[in-house]
Amino acid sequence: MRRMTLVLLAIGLCPIFLSLGAAAAAQQDAHFADVPAKDHARVNPLADKPDAISAGASLYKAHCAECHQADARGDGAKKPSLRNPQVRSATDGDLEWFLRQGDLRHGMPSWSSLTQAQRWALVTYLRSLE
Amino acid sequence: MEAHLYRIPLARFLRRAACAGLLLAGLAACAAAQEKPYFVTYSHDLEEPGNLEIETKTALARPQGADRFGATATELEYGVKAWWTSELYVDGQTTPADSTLLTGFRLENRFRPLMREHWINPVLYVEYENISGADKTALEVVGHDGQADLAERNSESRREHAHEGEFRLILSSNLRDWNLSENFIAEKNLGHDPWEFGYAVGATRPLKTALSVRECTFCAEKLTVGAEAYGGLGDTWALTLRDTSHYVAPLVGWDLPGRMRVSFSPGFGVTGSSLDRVYRVGVAYEMPQLGALFRGQKGGVR
Repeated sequence: MRRMTLVLLAIGLCPIFLSLGAAAAAQQDAHFADVPAKDHARVNPLADKPDAISAGASLYKAHCAECHQADARGDGAKKPSLRNPQVRSATDGDLEWFLRQGDLRHGMPSWSSLTQAQRWALVTYLRSLE
Repeated sequence: MEAHLYRIPLARFLRRAACAGLLLAGLAACAAAQEKPYFVTYSHDLEEPGNLEIETKTALARPQGADRFGATATELEYGVKAWWTSELYVDGQTTPADSTLLTGFRLENRFRPLMREHWINPVLYVEYENISGADKTALEVVGHDGQADLAERNSESRREHAHEGEFRLILSSNLRDWNLSENFIAEKNLGHDPWEFGYAVGATRPLKTALSVRECTFCAEKLTVGAEAYGGLGDTWALTLRDTSHYVAPLVGWDLPGRMRVSFSPGFGVTGSSLDRVYRVGVAYEMPQLGALFRGQKGGVR
């Protein structure tokens, strides 16, 4: 009887976990769903420039690695990997916009205090990880 | 408890502060913080969640007809959430030929009510102060605060004890590598006194905004320059600018390696009630992901 209850409970909870997982994935997508068209289409002036990659790496180490880890794979919990498909499929403009905005509700600070050139260098560095 | 701790000359106090600063610099190990060099004005930058910043803000001045003094506020700033920063200040001051004493503490919280970055970003600031009349850190100027308040002898001024609430509306913008910040201040002695009002406005910009590839310490992109202005706007008993103090202060901030930051500001009084000059020096050190260390999580950069 107890085993039956556990099985029913597991079956009952399964949709909840699935929906939570879907909500988390949607949340990740939602980061870029709100990007204004103008920002989405912006072109990274430092794209593929080796100097920008090394400057971005230095900025990443200074500001991002403490949460997202030195290898940008996150901590496997609240601090996400930056090598995920959502980041790969986002445009450079999306990423720069997201860095500027942050996601305060979920613990990501706004990096509007960095200069625009520094944010583009970070985007260039993230692209180099792919 | 006797608050009068030591009697040391100002020069020796400054030497000790400089040694402590150099010691911290020696402990430094990784990268730089990205904060504005304001002393009185607040921008909408909050501490990153989990990080702890330790900062000392020292004010040096000489009121007319009194001894010069050095007052230091030691600040512990912790990022509780990305939208919430909490701070504890411990204040003290030394006046040569008088005394050195602790003057109280402050608890402060700043909240960002809007989760997105806008042209103007509001931050709500709430502070409780438990300080004596001998406090000379001058981290805000409100009401009819003036140099006469700073000229009393410590033995008299420390008898006055204040429990105060301070509220600020911080409006701040990061526009094209500039930061523009405006603070509206309201302070109330929780005992009896009227509401006192003040303001602080400031603008800063990195000296060089172009991207630099090489790692450097003594270079333009590590320097932030700007200016702030602050002063009192009277109180509910006398809402007037008469007998109020106002200051204009250029600012220089220098991001050092190892999450250290040094800032300096010579402030100039522009009214008769103001101090002629007040020199401010700040030294900050940021400890990343302190919360994660205690929770035993997979750490950050060590």
